[in-house]
Amino acid sequence: MKILLQAALKALRSLDWPLLAILVLMTLLGLTVMHSAVGGTDWRFADQSRHFLLAFVALWVVAIIPLPRLMQLAPWFYSIGVLLLLGVEFFGETSKGATRWLDLGFARIQPSEMMKIAVPMMLAWYFHRHQGKIGILDFLAAAFLLAVPFALIVLQPDLGTALLVFASGFCVIYFGGLSFKLLTPVFLAVVIVLGTVVYYEDQICQPEVDWVVLHDYQKHRVCTLLNPGSDPLGKGFHTIQSMIAIGSGGIYGKGYMQGTQSHLNFIPERTTDFIFAVYAEEFGLYGGIMLLVLYGLLILRGLAIAMRAHTQFGRLLAGSMAMMFFVYVFVNMGMVMGVLPVVGVPLPFMSYGGTALLTLGIACGILMNISTYRPVRR
Amino acid sequence: MFEYKRTTLHQKRRMMLRIWVAGVFALACFVGLVGRLWYLQVERYEGFAARADQNRIAVVPVPPRRGEILDRNGVVLARNYRDYTLEVVPADVKDMDALLEELSPIVYISPYQRRRFEQALAQSGRYASVILRNNLSDLEASWFAAHAYKFPGVELKARWVREYPQGASAAHVLGYVGRLSEADMTRLEESGELGNYRGTNTIGKKGIEKTWEQTLHGKTGVEEVEVTASGRPVRTLQRTDPVPGSDLRLSLDIGLQKIAEAQFEGKRGALVAIEPGTGEVLAFVSAPSFDPNLFVDGIDVDSWRELNESPDYPLINRPLYSTYPIGSTYKPFVALAALELGVRPPTLRIPDPGYYELGGQRFRNAAGAVYGPTDMHRAIVVSSDTYFYSLGPEIGVNALHDFSKQFGFGQLTGIDLDGERRGVLPSTDWKRQSYRKPEQQRWYAGESVSVAVGQGYNAFTLLQLAQATAVLADGGSYVEPHLVSKIHNPQTGDTVATSTAPTHVIDLKPQNLKVIRDAMVDVLKSGTARKAFAGASYLAAGKTGTAQVFSLRGAKYNAAHIEERLRDHALFMAYAPVDNPRIALALIVENGGWGATVAAPIARTVFDYWLDPERIAERQRLVERVKDGS
Repeated sequence: MKILLQAALKALRSLDWPLLAILVLMTLLGLTVMHSAVGGTDWRFADQSRHFLLAFVALWVVAIIPLPRLMQLAPWFYSIGVLLLLGVEFFGETSKGATRWLDLGFARIQPSEMMKIAVPMMLAWYFHRHQGKIGILDFLAAAFLLAVPFALIVLQPDLGTALLVFASGFCVIYFGGLSFKLLTPVFLAVVIVLGTVVYYEDQICQPEVDWVVLHDYQKHRVCTLLNPGSDPLGKGFHTIQSMIAIGSGGIYGKGYMQGTQSHLNFIPERTTDFIFAVYAEEFGLYGGIMLLVLYGLLILRGLAIAMRAHTQFGRLLAGSMAMMFFVYVFVNMGMVMGVLPVVGVPLPFMSYGGTALLTLGIACGILMNISTYRPVRR
Repeated sequence: MFEYKRTTLHQKRRMMLRIWVAGVFALACFVGLVGRLWYLQVERYEGFAARADQNRIAVVPVPPRRGEILDRNGVVLARNYRDYTLEVVPADVKDMDALLEELSPIVYISPYQRRRFEQALAQSGRYASVILRNNLSDLEASWFAAHAYKFPGVELKARWVREYPQGASAAHVLGYVGRLSEADMTRLEESGELGNYRGTNTIGKKGIEKTWEQTLHGKTGVEEVEVTASGRPVRTLQRTDPVPGSDLRLSLDIGLQKIAEAQFEGKRGALVAIEPGTGEVLAFVSAPSFDPNLFVDGIDVDSWRELNESPDYPLINRPLYSTYPIGSTYKPFVALAALELGVRPPTLRIPDPGYYELGGQRFRNAAGAVYGPTDMHRAIVVSSDTYFYSLGPEIGVNALHDFSKQFGFGQLTGIDLDGERRGVLPSTDWKRQSYRKPEQQRWYAGESVSVAVGQGYNAFTLLQLAQATAVLADGGSYVEPHLVSKIHNPQTGDTVATSTAPTHVIDLKPQNLKVIRDAMVDVLKSGTARKAFAGASYLAAGKTGTAQVFSLRGAKYNAAHIEERLRDHALFMAYAPVDNPRIALALIVENGGWGATVAAPIARTVFDYWLDPERIAERQRLVERVKDGS
């Protein structure tokens, strides 16, 4: 009896209550919107509810693993992940022009998804081990550790996931102390390049122009983003229809389950990547701001956990997880609102999909773990 | 090993700064997103709201009824019927197996249909509807309609389906429609017609169905439907009716066609009958044939394999795709060339010792026959090869080429069917262009010898021979052969006839034509084909032919059939009645042997049907009946 009580107490103590409160709110909102997006309680709604349940179980399991043990596992996770990615490269299943899945005989897995967690864990582990004597060589090593899985995922090709893996890894390097002197010029250069692309859209989007590093479909995405009107029935369709949905929502929205764009099938992928269009159409500007505030609180809580963390590993990993949420939200909403190209990035806790939710659950579990970990003083 | 080291205060403070920067950056980006949201939902609200309203109006294509194809008497050769289908949108179905399980007690789905459905499922997107079952009975359709609410994602739809009531008869003329393929879509997109095919899932693939596709298809209509927020149609706002495709009246007579096809039962070959002076094709046989109905909904693998791998090649359109050396049926044209070019007077007798010698090489008569001194009339009647061997070098291959070209030999006839081949009408130019090595490019005198009897390099389609016969029967006016004679627009009620004006008239002297005609008449009276035409009620002119075999597309070696497949082709060309020709035909029985005994009797049967007064009356009654019925 006493043991049981102790275990329950431990479980409760391993939870970060503010974070949990935010997550519960997000879950309720996510399921509400999903209910509307699928047009009632059909099987996708039930599936998504199960996914949430699974994600919370994963969160809790990750939250109670002792943090040192978690850190111990980081290199293993990372190595296995890279091996699986190589397996995908050579033995993967191809569907719709991309090879993302690996059939292990008993299950089909998508190794790129676990890299979203494994890469920042690995890098945080590396910086933690070498803390106090970090030099230029360590940054190069970190860059290499990040570049390998990133390149493998780009090759699949899966730009959306590659972007998230890169972002989560890069955040660790940034928090690890990458010099601002280096960061600022790179940041400025990116801004300038993007500005140029937008400015010279007419020329570079001609069909003859080959973009060398990007696939044709990626080029089309960028070009239709710059000028969605150029192909209203083809590739610009997603962007135009989701912008109409959001715009027609107005300040107050059309009301729950009243969105015409979503219910008349004008929003493609309305349960997955474009679910924010459904939400914004029905809940309007107020709803949109509310959701952004909720995400903002989630990110700030994550950063607060990073600040209060007792170890370098915890700080780096928590910071990276918080910023990963930010990248998720920003890239997805930017794409749905027509300011970023269409890449396959789901909206956290909103988009349909079990794998993505599981990853998010694990990420939150890590945050809670770091938040509640107290190192034993020696 | 993994114990935590305490971090220095300095490190921690630097880290704080970085976290602050990241937080501020994230918030700034979020403010940007709010700004964008404000721009879309407040600044541009009105424009987007208006566009969303427009989106409430669903545009639904209404496919047109495809035009029917009728024979010259109005007998239906291709029509449409209404068919109920069950279609499934995969994205709306949770458990496909359970769904099929639930449907199966009422709507039977055979293992074959299920396999096909699963194949189609794998190929199409999640939001495209896939046909699960077609040809639902009324009972099945009404049952499903009553229980449709239990099956989200399954829709009952009605569609037009093409049907060929005459089955395999005239299949090579009609061709068939089949499912729109990826290649069809691309082609339609390039020509800007894809919009007209929305809501349509078939397109003409072969024959008349293909060449007259645009006329038959019609124009797709559009229905603008207002839908509720739940997507249910409320009312039709605007409707542009589809324009049904035009009906095609063929010149083909299905009665004559079937009589002719019956003659080819168990044989391989082709027959084309044309009305001289109008170019109207009366019969167009390619044997063996196939059932075009198999192709309408996509042919099943077994039937396809059977058709495609048959050594008889039923899918080949023999009259216009297979090319043959036409043998002695070419002789009347060679004789006419000799007369027109003044190479040899008709009365000049040529000794026929059974062979013709040129440069030490002997060209022999068929079957070792010896005819003695032979003039042109006798040479045609008994089919003396020696006489024509000697004409070859005298006319010269190029002069013969230029003359025969006017009759359409080695040219595309321009018939309104697809897949026509040109064949080879040899000349020195042709040989120079066709071969690469210099010694092969040269024309040898001996080659002119065999060309004059329709062998050698000559390779003509049977359609060309029939057309040339029709041109000869009409005294030299060349009218492009065609199958569609009238186009009837069911909406306006207008009927437009296709052109029967000659494209050119060959300059031929009447007395020369008379020589050839008299000789061809005697072929059927007292010559090679006298048995076949004994007792005919009309006067006909014709010429038999037997052509040495060279194999058609290298058929597979088959010991049981080798003897038969090495036999000669039997040919025949004829027209009747002589004074006022109403039908000209050419036919071939592949590996049939002698033209006189195998091919000529077929022509007799066809002519009898077409020219017998009693049969004509019978046919007119049929026309009346069809008219009453419609």
